[in-house]
Amino acid sequence: MRDDIIQAADPILDVDRVSVTWSGRQILDEVSFRIGAGQFTGLIGPNGAGKTTLLRVILGLQRASGGRVVMGGEGRSGHQPIGYVPQKVLLDPDMPMRARDLVALGSDGDRYGLRLPSRQRAEAVRQMLHAVDADQFADARVGNLSGGEQQRVLIAQALISRPRLLLLDEPLANLDLRSSQEIVGLLARIAREQQIAVLLSAHEMNPLLPVLDRIVYLAAGRAASGPVDEVITTETLSTLYGQHVEVLHVRGRVLVVAGDAAVEPVPLAGTD
Amino acid sequence: MHELYTAIFEPGFFGSSQVQVAATVGGLVAIVSAVTGVFTVMRGQSFGGHALGDVSAAGGSGALLLGLSPVAGFVGLGIIGAGVMDMIGVRRLRGRDLATGVVLGAAIGMSALFLYLTSTTSATTGAVQQILFGSIFATPAGTVPLAIILGAAALVVLVVVGRPLLLTTVSPDIAAARGVPVRLVGLAYMLALAVSVGLSSLAIGAILSTALLIGPAATALRVTRRVTTALVFACVFGVAATLIGILLAYDSYYWGTSHEGLPVSFFIVAVVFLGYLVSGLPVIRAAAGYRAGADPAQAARAAEREELAA
Amino acid sequence: MFAAGFMMNAWITATIVAVVGGVVGYFVVLRGSAFPAHAIPKGAFAGAAGAALLGINTIIGLGVFALLGALGIGSLGRRGRHDVATALALVMMLALGAAFLSRTTEYEPELYSLLFGEVLGVSTSEILPTALVGLGCIAGIAVLYRPLLLASITPEVAEAKGIRGHRIEMIFLVILALATAMTVPVVGALLIFSLMIGPPAAARSVTSRPLLAMILSVVIALVTVWVAIAASYLYNWPVGFFVGVLGAASYGCGRGWAAWQRRGRARSAAVPALAAGSGRR
Repeated sequence: MRDDIIQAADPILDVDRVSVTWSGRQILDEVSFRIGAGQFTGLIGPNGAGKTTLLRVILGLQRASGGRVVMGGEGRSGHQPIGYVPQKVLLDPDMPMRARDLVALGSDGDRYGLRLPSRQRAEAVRQMLHAVDADQFADARVGNLSGGEQQRVLIAQALISRPRLLLLDEPLANLDLRSSQEIVGLLARIAREQQIAVLLSAHEMNPLLPVLDRIVYLAAGRAASGPVDEVITTETLSTLYGQHVEVLHVRGRVLVVAGDAAVEPVPLAGTD
Repeated sequence: MHELYTAIFEPGFFGSSQVQVAATVGGLVAIVSAVTGVFTVMRGQSFGGHALGDVSAAGGSGALLLGLSPVAGFVGLGIIGAGVMDMIGVRRLRGRDLATGVVLGAAIGMSALFLYLTSTTSATTGAVQQILFGSIFATPAGTVPLAIILGAAALVVLVVVGRPLLLTTVSPDIAAARGVPVRLVGLAYMLALAVSVGLSSLAIGAILSTALLIGPAATALRVTRRVTTALVFACVFGVAATLIGILLAYDSYYWGTSHEGLPVSFFIVAVVFLGYLVSGLPVIRAAAGYRAGADPAQAARAAEREELAA
Repeated sequence: MFAAGFMMNAWITATIVAVVGGVVGYFVVLRGSAFPAHAIPKGAFAGAAGAALLGINTIIGLGVFALLGALGIGSLGRRGRHDVATALALVMMLALGAAFLSRTTEYEPELYSLLFGEVLGVSTSEILPTALVGLGCIAGIAVLYRPLLLASITPEVAEAKGIRGHRIEMIFLVILALATAMTVPVVGALLIFSLMIGPPAAARSVTSRPLLAMILSVVIALVTVWVAIAASYLYNWPVGFFVGVLGAASYGCGRGWAAWQRRGRARSAAVPALAAGSGRR
């Protein structure tokens, strides 16, 4: 593992031997990895592998039974260091909220009391909506937006607080291919331009391979992390799964096969 | 012209002190209910809001039995009920409604007991009717200042936690990740709801309590795209429905030959119900920013399913 | 307690009520329809008041308003949130009830028993119709069993099979309306829903297998009603009180049981199995 080479400077995020047990099951088993500024990291693994749990531990929403998570650098001084785009957000069409309002809530949703109108905030919201290409539907009800459109708004909501780390839980799960590609492109651009570390979980790695700097592969509660071509190998993954799996490269795509069944990619026909 | 005026405003309407008290109390309660209601409908807590009305009524019958102040009974048991609901309620919507139902069942059971004991220990007739339906015209004048204080308290709480509450409603995960104390904010809301509903059940009766909580708010949410506008609209609609209802009820005494009139609650609920139906018309929905062709019911059901499955 | 004729009536009717409540209640809990289960009988009560005013048999008033409630909730719910639809349909019916009640003043005792239940109020002539309606409800559930189950658990799969969510919802609400209308005289309008929530919720905490849960739900409901009637007979307190409290207790026991199971599993945790993640979806 090349984590020690990651950077001379502090990593933005340091996950150190995190373990989580619940109801007798070992969900995460000594997961360790680091992420540096501007790096695009994919958290890949089959469903049920513990990706969401890991993200929740990083966010402080769930307690780990072992290990620790360290946010690098100055810590929580002033602005919120982590932007979060959760997997499911309930957006009921009757909810009186425009895309614009949701993004504004991302900047001051944790403050109490009356909100005074602020030109600064309105401008920041406008800029953020523009950055994620959401100007067209900025004034539409959030509940009426398509999956891809909602995803952009949620990303804008997460970014407006100027985080140094952006966490996304399965953002591509319910998107069609084109929206998926657009979102991935958008995130890669943001990571690069604003030097924000991005950690994105997915159960299908192929759409992400072109943009990933590093990968954290999660299987059976254990993780292997590093550059893609070091982690996605027959040896590494077999160790991880505890049984023989083969990594095949077929026409530019990666296929992970165990026995007769394909582990990755998840066949498109499946619905989860 | 004068005939039209007297047809609408029957003689003595503006001078009647009963009407004045009813309009004042009703109007104030309508405002508090409308604001609370907007958050209630957004959070899918309509059952909770209604249930707390019955729980408060149980408190009322208990107070009657023990000879305590009705306000203490209504608001007190309402707060306890809300606390219990919040404590045993689960995050999932379905589990939460079950918890609400269970607390409600226990409270109604207690109501049954209190009323039974009341009917055997004293000669209070009409207690059942009074407590279940209430009557805006029967509001004792002494409760007005207390009603104002309680209502103001509920409003203050909602204004203070409004933004975190909104964020929590959209996504508890995002809110928690931002450092919002999600459970506390949710509890604060429930307590404000309990106070608001306890107050309204006492002042205007159980039926109107639910109607003014849910109706104007639900209508407002369908009609506008912004929360602040929805709050204003709900208040305006709620107060208007109350005043119109009072007027119609007053006038109804002059209708027909029997001169009995119909209760205020009937008219207010009818106006609210009509308003909600109108807000569902296609022309209104288009103006309110719903995408044409998008099936709102399907999306609503999908949203509810997401909640149930979460 | 068992000798007097009217008590036998009470036992028999209560048994029917518990069986129907347990079965229908299973789906109430499964579908998250706690609010309609409360709202429909409450609204039906308003209809009973109207019937009394017009001099018609109150049961008919109950039935008509229960069905109106079901239809109202179903159709309003097509276009918007279900809980809002339920609340508004309920208050509209109650407002009508208040309007009816304002016309008459000599109503309180019957009012009370319709709301909270009256053990002694069941006459022999009412048993047969109650049993028939109850049988009808159970038959309805039996006929619709698989589509109803499918639509309640995985609506998307059901839609794909041509089972329309709207239709199932409406049919279920009608069954619920019939079930509650028939049970009101014994347990009361306000408490029938306690039977439809507490026992089934407890049963589901114990087992997730549908048929088993339904049977268990009926058993718990029977125990609840029998104890409630016995206690009411002995202490003269209203049946509804005992049903409400026992319903809450059964729910609490169910939650406690589930929590205990979870803790038990955690304690007896074996060496964490490195489950083959392959193919796990």
